[in-house]
Amino acid sequence: MAAQNPKSKAQRGAEASRTPRGKASIALPDLDRVIHERMRLAIVSALAANEVLSFNELKELLATTDGNLSVHARKLEEAGYVACRKGFAGRVPRTEYRLTPEGRRAFQRYLDHLEALVRASGRAVRVR
Amino acid sequence: MHTPGPGPRISPEALGDRAADNLRFIRDTMERASSFTAVPGWGGVGMGASALVAAAVSALARTPSEWLGIWLVEAFLAVAIGVRAMSVKAARAGVPLFAGPARRFLLTLSPPLIAGAVLTAALERSGRYDLLPGVWLLLYGTAIVTGGAFAPRVVPIMGIGFLLLGTIALASPPYWGTAFLAAGFGALQIAFGIVIARRYGG
Repeated sequence: MAAQNPKSKAQRGAEASRTPRGKASIALPDLDRVIHERMRLAIVSALAANEVLSFNELKELLATTDGNLSVHARKLEEAGYVACRKGFAGRVPRTEYRLTPEGRRAFQRYLDHLEALVRASGRAVRVR
Repeated sequence: MHTPGPGPRISPEALGDRAADNLRFIRDTMERASSFTAVPGWGGVGMGASALVAAAVSALARTPSEWLGIWLVEAFLAVAIGVRAMSVKAARAGVPLFAGPARRFLLTLSPPLIAGAVLTAALERSGRYDLLPGVWLLLYGTAIVTGGAFAPRVVPIMGIGFLLLGTIALASPPYWGTAFLAAGFGALQIAFGIVIARRYGG
């Protein structure tokens, strides 16, 4: 699989900046950088809404490539936020992802942090 | 891309706007992820199978009202299978059925189905049984297209299939009606149900 080939730093950088809707990441102070990147934020948000999602489901949902999804899913796994299980659905290999309790706590902290920033700016929190 | 750290140039208002934008992004992603799994694939297969049985039985009906009675029983059965399958799928995904995207799917699905029930009563009263298959297929197609607007693309595509079949049915000889119902509520429903079940979690 292409995603398992070693990649240059430039390639990894290009993939990291690719987002589900083509928007660039924004810089906010003291936020959890693992979650803050848009693609990783999208993965964590999707897994917060669904207990389990397969690699292909995530890929379709987030409209991304195999390589981009693998890179970011692996970063989340390394941080202990996401658990990955490889198995089979019939004879077809199926990779499933779910949020770990630590990942759920990190997501909640991240949400709290964003809400605090919105409140500090004097804006009303009306997005949830 | 390396993102610069916080600097004194960023005002609290700008930070707040960016944080609000991120919160919206999270909410949108979570909603799409939920509606992603709300549409039941295996439920569709079950509904399709029951429609094929109804088509076979109704082909033997001796009177138009007997034919209509069989399809009304099938309609209730299909709704029961669909709602049951949605609630099982939502429970497995850990999302509530009557909140968020699943609720929106059910609410947008309902108006064309209610319109279908009213039109069925009106057409039955005026004896226009020949129009029923086309009207049912058209309105079910409308319900799937509108209900599936936020679901994976395969769902509204299925709805368009029903709209096409309904249009052709209305332009075809009346005695093909049951065959069109079998093709739409049976075959089309089963085919798309399998695709949805295999690709979108059951």
